[in-house]
Parts: sequence; C-alpha cells; structure tokens
Amino acid sequence: MKKKKVVMDAEGIERSLTRIAYEILEHNKGTDNLIIIGICKGGVSLAERLCEKISAIEGAEIMSGTLDITLYRDDVLTTGKRPAIGGTYIPFPLDHKRVILVDDVLFTGRTIRAAMDALMDFGRPERIQLAVLIDRGHREFPIRADFIGEALPSSLWENISVNLTDNGSEDEVVIEEG
Amino acid sequence: MTELSRKDMLEIRDLSSEEIDLILNTAASFKEISTRTIKKVPTLRGKTVITLFFEASTRTRTSFEIAAKRLSADTINISASTSSVVKGETLIDTARNLESMNPDIIVIRHSAAGAAHILASLLEQSIINAGDGAHEHPTQALLDMLTIREKKGSIEGLTVAIVGDIAHSRVARSNIYGLTKMGANVVVCGPAMMIPKEIERMDVQVRYAMDDALRDADVVMMLRMQLERQEKGLFPSLREYAQHFSLNRDNIGLAKDDVIVMHPGPINRGVEITPEIADGPASVILEQVTNGVAVRMALLYLLSGGAK
Repeated sequence: MKKKKVVMDAEGIERSLTRIAYEILEHNKGTDNLIIIGICKGGVSLAERLCEKISAIEGAEIMSGTLDITLYRDDVLTTGKRPAIGGTYIPFPLDHKRVILVDDVLFTGRTIRAAMDALMDFGRPERIQLAVLIDRGHREFPIRADFIGEALPSSLWENISVNLTDNGSEDEVVIEEG
Repeated sequence: MTELSRKDMLEIRDLSSEEIDLILNTAASFKEISTRTIKKVPTLRGKTVITLFFEASTRTRTSFEIAAKRLSADTINISASTSSVVKGETLIDTARNLESMNPDIIVIRHSAAGAAHILASLLEQSIINAGDGAHEHPTQALLDMLTIREKKGSIEGLTVAIVGDIAHSRVARSNIYGLTKMGANVVVCGPAMMIPKEIERMDVQVRYAMDDALRDADVVMMLRMQLERQEKGLFPSLREYAQHFSLNRDNIGLAKDDVIVMHPGPINRGVEITPEIADGPASVILEQVTNGVAVRMALLYLLSGGAK
C-alpha cells in the first residue's frame, strides 16, 4: 500500500495560482505580447486557470496555446512505448512574443529543454519564462522556473502528482512513495 | 495500446483492430506538424530511411520521403531503373548491400507479391511494404481508413463500395482486410472478369451492377482502371467500361446524401470517375493525400527504435 500525503489542497493551489498571475503581470508590466502556453498534459489546465485569472485582473483577453513535447523528448525512441501525442496549438508565430510556459511539476528540467526546442520551431520569442506549480528539485539540466507555486524538496523515490478537477479528481498535490 | 510490437509493416491482414486504432490515432496527431511554418520535428534525427521502388510512383514515394524528412530523418530514394538492378542484381543482393550501409528503415515497392516479406525475414531493418504486386498496399488502406474515420466519425457500420478491377488491386485487398476488421460492410463491384472467384470469403458482398453497389453507400472508393488491362483484352474499350462502371452525376445520387468519394490516385478523368465528381464537394481525394503523409509519419515513428 503506497503511502500518500496531500501537500497542497484546493485552496492552496488556488492561492498559488492567484499569486503567480499577479507576479506574471508585475514582472511583464501588463499583457502586451504575452502568450501563456501550457505543456501537455500537466500544464494545460493550469495554463487555462492562469489565463482566466490574468484576464480577470487586467480586464483583457490574453493569448494562449498548448504544446505537446513528446516528439522532442530526448528519450522518445529509447523504448517501444509511444505515449499518445497531445494537441499542439500555437495560433501564430512567436516572433517578438513573451512566452510563459506553464507546467505542473518541475523536476529534472528535461521537459522544459524539450519545450524550448519546440518553441524555437515556431518563431523567435523575445523572452521565454517558466511558471510551475511545484518545483521538486533534482535538476539534471541548468534550468530554473521564474514563477513557482511551491518549492517542495523531494527524494527520488517519491512521486509527486498534481491532480485537478479538470481531469476528474479533486484539486490537490500529492506525494506518494514510489 | 501504446506500442506497435512489430518490426515491419507488411500487410493489413495480420494487424489487429487495436493496432489499426493506434496507427490512426498517432497519424491524426501528426497532421498538425504539416501545417506549421517549420514542418519538422527532431524525432527521427540521425535515422536513415531508404525508399526502394521497383515500380513507378509519384504519390507514394514522395509521401514517404516527405514523411521521413518531416521527422528529421535522412532519406535515400532508389528507383530500380537507375540502379544496378538493370545490370541484373537480384533483389536480395540489392537489399544485403543496402543493409551493409546501416539504414534504419527500408520502404519497398515491387511487382512481385511477397517481396517485402522476403526482405523482412532476411534483414534486421524495419521493412515497410509500399505495394507488392497485386497483394497488399497497407499504407494506402491506413490512409483511406483515417480519411473515412475523419469524415464519418467511425468506420463501424458504414457501407463502403469499392469499384473497379478488384482482382488486380492491392489497394482493394488491403482495404477489404482493414475495413472489415474495423466493422464496415464492404461491397465490391466491377466487371465479372475482374472480380476474383469466391471473394465473398473475404466477408464482402459482390455486385455486378454499379447502381446496386452505389445504393445507400456511405463511402464510394473508385479504383483506377489500369489501361494495361485493356491491352490484355479484359474489357473492350475504356468507353464501354466508363458506361457501366464510372461514377458520375447520374448515379452518385443512389448513394447516401453525405457520401464521400475516394480514389487512391492517379485518377483517369472520364474513365472511372468524371471530372465533375472528382473535383466536386463529395470528393475527399486530396485529403487522402494529406492523410497519406500523416499515416507514413506515424508508421516511421511507431516502427523506430525501442526493443522489439
């Protein structure tokens, strides 16, 4: 029986996202040329929520997209397994845009490396910033987040998952022993 | 199912419906790449794909080449007419020599049924059958099924009419295997000497008159009338063939109102299909071509790397 512990509940997630929304606006001095891109699958719902919050604060629509990085992974062909490829939707070239990449958990940094390579195929962004709900450490690449919900030191045999109502469960962040 | 546990793609006949679903789902997600400004992903970077075509082709070969290049693979195209095959080199020798240059995937089209299977049994590379004689053309059937699924939601329960020289058509054969596996009702139609004996054993219905085949069809798939067959005396003239078996504005009304018209290409305008229908609103012929690139990208991706 795996030991499971809830480290962030629905309210905690909500407050973190609100703070991150304000931080993004403060750091970028508004929404000009800003686009929020959620990384499939964990970052998509979070990106949507951030967009809603930012729109509500600024009173203006904000551009958004989704990015699936499966084909850019550095381990894509190492096993026979091919996970389902999600939808990439980037509505226009990214030249001169400020991209906010959104993911649920920042871990080794390989997903973000793959995401940046993917973004570069869509244009030349002016800036790429990273927003994550949880930073669990153990970086294998020199990559860091600009906006963090919570830093959660973890051990390698633990598994951290962000569950959201959009995916049919309660909003919560859970640590399980591996 | 998240992986294709096979080395090669040789025929639809031994694919399960789950495998077909996996390929079609993967292909659907690859379509988006061809709409980007930079139509490339790095997934097959450093892999080498050789297309070995012993029969003429524009569509299939180009489609495979574009598919491989969009996945960042390196491609080499060999056509028999300009290779040492004209000096008498055998198929197996050709393949062994290529094998020694360490390609990753070989795509082969050949006039002999089973050519791809021979390579698959001899070489450790993944072999994709791009058409072997009149036997099978699996990637064509897969792109046809993807197109039908896109337009109709699902393949199950649909009535699909395949019209033309069924006996000599690898496209018909592969589609019959695939569509029946996915639950469609397949009706074949053509001149009597072009319908194989006992084809009902493939779980299809046979009609010898076009009107009967078209009635209430959801999908009509027209096959190219191969002009070489006329020279062999299999039918008197193209005009006579067209009178009885072409798809035109007079008979298309017998099919369902939302029927889709398909053709593997190249079309003989005015023979098996009138220009009006080929270019009309029911025609999905060009979408088939677009889906062909996506399906071939999916296969190259699913067959590459990993433990087998």
